Amino acid sequence: MDAQRITFLVGAVVGVPVVLVLYIVVTDWLIRRLPPAQHGRVRPWLWVGPALLLVTGFLIYPGLATAWISLFTNDGKSFVGLANFGKVLGDHSVLIAIRNNVLWLVFYTGLVLVFGLILAVMADRVPYEGPVKSLIFMPMAISFVAAGLIWSFMYQYQPNLPGVHQTGTLNAVWVNLLHQQPIAWVIDERVNNFALIFAAVWVWTGFAMVITSAALKGIPPELTEAARVDGATELQVFARITVPLLTPTLTVIGTTLVIFALKAFDIIYVMTNGLYNTDVMARRMYGEMFTSQNYANSAAIAMLLLLAVIPVLIFNLRRFQFQEAIR
Amino acid sequence: MNSSRLGRIFSVAVLVSLLAACGPGTSSTSSKTLHVIGTWGGSEQASFLAMVKPWEDRTGNKVSYEGSRDINALLTTRVKAGNPPDLAGLPGPGQMAQFAKAGSLFSLDNAVDMTAMNSQYGANWVKLGTSNGHLVGIFIKAAIKGLIYYDPKNVSTAGVDFTTPPKTWDDLVTAFNTIRSKTGKTPWCIGVASGAASGWPGTDWVKDFFLRQAGPTKYEAWGASQEAWNAPEMKTAWQSFGSVVNNPNLTYGGKNYVLSTNFATAFDPMFASPPGCYLHHQASFITDFFVHDYPTLKPGTDFTFFGFPDINPAYTGPQVVAGDLFGMFKDSAEARDLIKYLTTADAQKIWVKRGGAISPNKLVTLDNYPDDQVKKAAQLLLAANPPEFDAGDLQTAALQQAFFDGIVAYIQNPGSLDTILNGLEQKRASGQ
Repeated sequence: MDAQRITFLVGAVVGVPVVLVLYIVVTDWLIRRLPPAQHGRVRPWLWVGPALLLVTGFLIYPGLATAWISLFTNDGKSFVGLANFGKVLGDHSVLIAIRNNVLWLVFYTGLVLVFGLILAVMADRVPYEGPVKSLIFMPMAISFVAAGLIWSFMYQYQPNLPGVHQTGTLNAVWVNLLHQQPIAWVIDERVNNFALIFAAVWVWTGFAMVITSAALKGIPPELTEAARVDGATELQVFARITVPLLTPTLTVIGTTLVIFALKAFDIIYVMTNGLYNTDVMARRMYGEMFTSQNYANSAAIAMLLLLAVIPVLIFNLRRFQFQEAIR
Repeated sequence: MNSSRLGRIFSVAVLVSLLAACGPGTSSTSSKTLHVIGTWGGSEQASFLAMVKPWEDRTGNKVSYEGSRDINALLTTRVKAGNPPDLAGLPGPGQMAQFAKAGSLFSLDNAVDMTAMNSQYGANWVKLGTSNGHLVGIFIKAAIKGLIYYDPKNVSTAGVDFTTPPKTWDDLVTAFNTIRSKTGKTPWCIGVASGAASGWPGTDWVKDFFLRQAGPTKYEAWGASQEAWNAPEMKTAWQSFGSVVNNPNLTYGGKNYVLSTNFATAFDPMFASPPGCYLHHQASFITDFFVHDYPTLKPGTDFTFFGFPDINPAYTGPQVVAGDLFGMFKDSAEARDLIKYLTTADAQKIWVKRGGAISPNKLVTLDNYPDDQVKKAAQLLLAANPPEFDAGDLQTAALQQAFFDGIVAYIQNPGSLDTILNGLEQKRASGQ
């Protein structure tokens, strides 16, 4: 069995590059058979061919198939048009999931950007910048599932009874130092969505900070110095010079975060599984598919998510084109 | 550069590597590794592995086990992907029937000795593993549900004596109200959190009430998805559960504790000193968790139980039982042999002796049980009149999940009961 695995591994490691080189050699040989005038037109297509095939097979085909499934009944036998979408959007719990996605969109994106910016600017001014940034970046190395578990422990709840200790870090502080009643952070509907969002913010703040920090180093010091010479306060320098110059960077991070907020799944799955009104669309899609085995509803939700991401993608593409143009 | 020569060299290299990759695969060695997926983790996983060990030693085959509480998702994905495990635990007969209908499960008619099966197992157990006239699932172990655990010392301090168990629910209500007034503490400990399956411990309460209030006939209709979820009997069963769980004077820590505490640790306050609660409602498997978490606890002196008491005098002695089903997703001689082995009394004795399991196989006699506690549970299982299978486990996966979620929603917001039950009924009626 192990010998079989090893030969398979060797075959894969050696075989894949060999096939690739072979493809290049063969296509080039084919191109040289063509009249020279055709070379320029054919070559690019043959070179991007494999990538196009992979994108078609693993992205375009599944996308179209999902759209197709979403228009049929669950057994795939009769065409129902947009009825699945009507069914999904008429479900109160789906509307709650959409509301939660909006909460994620606003607060997750906003908080990561703000924290990232503040930390980057502050870290820029201290001599021990490196260690601080490494420390804040560290949660990025943790998977979301692990982060969800860590924060489940942080948010643990114990009733406030004599002899009972708060085992959750947050409630320990809340009850023992601030003398408040313990809060069931992931269950109490007033706070639970924000509790979940904050766990994700904790993971991604380091990412926003590192990118913002790099952009910050790229701002020419003459600009800020000139402003200071002209009598600008530090706050004015930050608001009028630093932030405007960082805007392109913040936009890139922001759009990444928006896409992430729309497909948020892991933390919700681990911490609440969508219960207590914390469900989001991606978790719901998973539930429809794997628990209810309702592929039609699941596909309809997938299409709704895709529709929600498209504006962000268009915005991103436009901005790339704009940047190319001014270059 | 001569590219055609280069090409020839590369094509030979590809051919050689492909041949190397295919070569040994065709000649299989004598020992085989069977992939098994189950819901068990921790000590239950260890017991299962101990159970298959003699089979591994005898045949030279290996079992590679993977445990997950979210087994439905795991199985659906792997079956859809054409990569099913050899054997897998099935969450319940409902899901078993779904997989059998989809053609993912292989018939075990030829794998096991049906004559032996019929003589060693009660008719109910074989019937529950049968779909469309074929045996597709076997029970590895059984559990009796709805037992009420307590610490006899603490309970007598609180002024209650359970040496003769409460006969009726009203007797039990009187008893726990006495505990409440004597100690000022909450009598019950309940915790319903369980990852993706959160809510299931609450469904056991509802089943216990429904079986004893509406009777076995209605209960079986419910299990067969022929009983309306918004029928008045159903609402009464939920409200009876609500009278305990939604009363912060009766339930330790109130709804926040109930919702945020895992079923596997919910009993902790019962063993604290002084105790935070006195009674815990759970299936018989929970003793496994008691002794694992508190190794000093002595069964009988530190914890014991009685069966859920009768409610409607017309129905005396019914019990809700459950079991762990196993099915074959990939047919092979080794898999069939393992299935056959798992149905034998010899195999099931291993788990029984390690604790936490009751064998549905009649040849596993009472003297195999490690202590009086499990023996008592096994006796209760045999004496049940009638033993009714867990009605939740008989539902489709979607309905069962909705039942779990409904319990959580009800505890969180008791006023929404009608909405929850109507939603469940809508799901049932639409055949989900």
